[in-house]
Amino acid sequence: MTTQSSDAHAAVPPFWRRTLFSTDHKVIGIQYAITAMVFLLVGFFLMMLMRWQLAYPGRPIPLVGGLLGATRAPGGIMLPEFYNQLGAMHGTIMIFLGVVPLAVGGFGNYLVPLQIGAPDMAFPRLNLASYWAFAAGGVVMIASFFAPGGAASSGWTSYPPLADIATTGQTFWLAGMVLLITSSLLGSINFITTIVQLRAPGLSFMRLPFFVWSQLVTSFLLLLAFPPLEAAAVLQLMDRVAGTSFYLPSGLVVGGKAMAVAGGGSPLLWQHLFWFLAHPEVYVLILPAMGIVAEIIANSSRKPLWGYRLMVYSVVFLGFMSFLVWAHHMFLTGMGTTMSAFFQTTTMIISIPSVVVLSSLVVSLWGGAIRFTTPALFALAFLPMFGIGGLTGLPLGLAATDIHLHDTYYVIGHFHYVVAPGTIFALFAGVYYWFPKATGRMMNARLGAIHFWGSFVTMNLIFMPMFIQGLAGMNRRLYDAGVQDPHLQGLQPWSVLQGWSAWALGVFQLVFIVNVFWSLRKGSRVDANPWQATTLEWAATSSPPPHGNFAVIPTVRRGPYEYSVPGAPADFTPQNAI
Amino acid sequence: MIARWLGMPVAAAAGAARLDLTMGLVHALMLVLFLGWGGFFVYTLVRFRAGRHPRADYAGARSKVSTWIEIAVAVAEGLLLVGLSIPAWASRVSGLPPEHEAVVVRVVAEQFAWNIHYPGPDGVFGTTRPELVSPSNPTGLDRTSPHAADDVVTVNQLHLPVDRPVIVQLSTKDVIHSFSVPNFRVKQDAIPGLMIPVWFVPNRLGQYDLVCAQLCGLGHYRMRGTVTVETPEAFDAWIRTREATR
Amino acid sequence: MEIPYSTTARPDTGVTNSKLGIWLFLASEVMLFGSLFSAYVLLRVGAPSWPHGWAIMNVPLGALNTAVLITSSVTMVLAWVALKERDLSRYWLWMGFTVLLGVMFLSIKAFEYADKFQQGLYPSTNTFMGLYFTLTGLHALHVAAGVVVNTWLLGAGFTMWERDPDRLTHRVEAAGLYWHFVDIVWIVLFPLLYLL
Ligand code: HEM
Ligand SMILES: [Cu+2]
Ligand SMILES: [Cu+2]
Repeated sequence: MTTQSSDAHAAVPPFWRRTLFSTDHKVIGIQYAITAMVFLLVGFFLMMLMRWQLAYPGRPIPLVGGLLGATRAPGGIMLPEFYNQLGAMHGTIMIFLGVVPLAVGGFGNYLVPLQIGAPDMAFPRLNLASYWAFAAGGVVMIASFFAPGGAASSGWTSYPPLADIATTGQTFWLAGMVLLITSSLLGSINFITTIVQLRAPGLSFMRLPFFVWSQLVTSFLLLLAFPPLEAAAVLQLMDRVAGTSFYLPSGLVVGGKAMAVAGGGSPLLWQHLFWFLAHPEVYVLILPAMGIVAEIIANSSRKPLWGYRLMVYSVVFLGFMSFLVWAHHMFLTGMGTTMSAFFQTTTMIISIPSVVVLSSLVVSLWGGAIRFTTPALFALAFLPMFGIGGLTGLPLGLAATDIHLHDTYYVIGHFHYVVAPGTIFALFAGVYYWFPKATGRMMNARLGAIHFWGSFVTMNLIFMPMFIQGLAGMNRRLYDAGVQDPHLQGLQPWSVLQGWSAWALGVFQLVFIVNVFWSLRKGSRVDANPWQATTLEWAATSSPPPHGNFAVIPTVRRGPYEYSVPGAPADFTPQNAI
Repeated sequence: MIARWLGMPVAAAAGAARLDLTMGLVHALMLVLFLGWGGFFVYTLVRFRAGRHPRADYAGARSKVSTWIEIAVAVAEGLLLVGLSIPAWASRVSGLPPEHEAVVVRVVAEQFAWNIHYPGPDGVFGTTRPELVSPSNPTGLDRTSPHAADDVVTVNQLHLPVDRPVIVQLSTKDVIHSFSVPNFRVKQDAIPGLMIPVWFVPNRLGQYDLVCAQLCGLGHYRMRGTVTVETPEAFDAWIRTREATR
Repeated sequence: MEIPYSTTARPDTGVTNSKLGIWLFLASEVMLFGSLFSAYVLLRVGAPSWPHGWAIMNVPLGALNTAVLITSSVTMVLAWVALKERDLSRYWLWMGFTVLLGVMFLSIKAFEYADKFQQGLYPSTNTFMGLYFTLTGLHALHVAAGVVVNTWLLGAGFTMWERDPDRLTHRVEAAGLYWHFVDIVWIVLFPLLYLL
């Protein structure tokens, strides 16, 4: 394509069709990414409100308190009902509308076809449908705040019977989940088919960039783990709207009145179905992040990944094992020795491949010529942060120590280290790294450094104290941060610190937003391959790539990370170089 | 000692020591791994920064140390699992003391309170029926049933004699709650439709928080009771006054 | 821009995109119904008593419906074979039968539902009835979706046939795989709910 291409394009379909209803994977990827980032911001905002209540229980919320209305915060003081809504929706939005759509829908969509040398996804129209199902799910979720009684308030885990008897918001939640699940299913079918079928000539599986591997495993997890949640959601929906009692045993007395249902159900059925999804889901949250980090580590250390093969086997094993650990979330539901021994053992086993991937990434740095670019800063910080998240999984995975830690802030600290300074840092790294590919312009490095150091410090100030709080016995999901519990006296200063750190973290995200908009207009222009990278999206097409991606489909001749090959003319040898 | 070091609440039950030991060992393992690994990481970043080491080495690390470390981690995890965690769990769920040696008490959770039901001197619980539940009779105890007359029912006040095994028969009237006494290192979900036994041996006089650890609705945060561990004499005296005031 | 391997199989994997796609979709469907069947087992094992399906359900009607669905699977295969042999009118005949049998299945199901409601049996009556309505309802939705797709293939068949007969054949093959799956689900549901 020549310089006229943009004019030629503009002449064909109208603007709204090119943007909103395009079937080009790059456009859909960017739509996903923008929508997901907006949701991340919404989820973050909900959390900042909660943090106020936790830092200063019962004090009117400044600035926005008056806008929330009497059913949520009369006089600006948050009600417990509303706190529970915020908690449930923060989790739901962050996981299902933020991180997964950004990591899979955004990065996956944009990069997978480019990295495997394909003109598009295998099913472009299915891709479009997947995006719109996601968007519709998001609208339903947000709309639930305006349902009578407000949004879902039974936690992102929605345990019945509480969720069965909750207000209408829970029905919205279930309907929204069904849409989001549909979106994920369509997406995962598309990803797997694309990766298996559309690899460029010469691109064997063991030459795939690690990111593509991570997306492949992720897609299998989505494909096979989401249907059980869909089944569970259908059953809960029936309980709520058709009066069945799949999750309600006989003889319940709620609020002093016997419940008028047939009974005979089982509340634990939900937990099994839910965690059968939700444990694989946590790997859906982490694998794409590992993929992004691997790309950036190889590129900025100018070295091949150390133990690429082992890393691939590890993520495949991780994906497989993640179906066998779900009940480690249920140790305290009355589990016998055999079952708990089984799930403790599988949990310890699954920690090994995580250790392997992490150590391979660290060892990859050894002998490198490390460039501390903005994406590299975020990718490098991912390693110790994910390390803390993984290590704190151990005392949770041992049932004996989980007795004390279950449902405390320790768990919150654990998984936030994995997803917030872990996955979200990786996603930021990815944005800084591929922004030039998508826009043809570099992001500002100085603002990037401010964003990084600010986020790094504040994230740790928020999440590190959670281990102290958890060990001290402070439970999660407490509206008043436990200020009235005699055994939690003296912990409140941590909540204040966490509050201020959270708001400061918000300020540092403004730097990021400014950087995005500034760089779109003023960022320095780049050529096809500003990072001197080896994979096809850099080596075989322009920045941004044209519709159809490649002028000619590239032929691949070597593995993905041939950096600093002895005797080569440059310190990188692209996959398609002769 | 370990408890203080990790910032855990004072241990007040016999089984807590083993649990705290496990907790200490896991955290020690975590600390060693993190420091060793973090030290290596920082050293690598400094030594192999592009400014100092401009030409990367294609082959990279050649040592097999990381494999050995991975194996060592696996072994350590296995030891913790087999040596401490699984046995502790076995004694938790299958090591129940015989009922005649223990104080048996029913705890019935509801939004947002703990109903405590003692069988009284006869040691047998009266019949409870859901239809009878009312504000003045939170457990639905049928006072006319054979063993009910001497039963004692309290709300949020769990009194226990020191140094005697306790079996709590845990159930719930409505949603899932979780019976948690951090000082005892005891936590157990109350699942609707099930009656789950929990046992422990309080060994330290004092008052401890009994909190709910599972989100159970808007009053979850204030679902709190008090466990009073007292001498056997004080305990008997308390039960008697309760019977008298009934 | 053409997406490769839309109609021809990729040599090293041996499948077309749509064939792989439909198999993946079916894998997720297996997980969906598999979970529901596990839920059935868990609830049944945990229940103090469980009604006999045959005492409540209309077994002859259920058996008739089973026969209807199995026949429609056969006609679906015949429609596909007709396409492979490039015989469009025979395709229309068999595909028409398939659609008709699908509609017949749904009508019988609707009649059974109405009958249950008349007897005062609702999803809320007990766990068995709840499962009956949920499982057969979800299955009926799948049948309805299949009928819609098959009807579309019947109508669009003509134009697609003109343009690209191979494409139509692949579509019908994929739709057939789905249809057989729906059939198999029913073959599991029927004994589970009507006979045991
Ligand atoms: C390295 C291995 C890991 C181990 C051994 C592990 C272990 C555990 C265990 C046992 C729990 C349940 C704790 C409890 O509720 O008492 C848990 C909770 C959780 N983990 Fe992990 N985990 C690991 C990695 C991850 C990763 C990679 C993620 C996600 C990106 C993750 C996300 C979560 C989440 C979200 C929860 C909390 C769910 C909830 O109750 O709301 N974990 N983890
Ligand atoms: Cu898990
Ligand atoms: Cu609670």
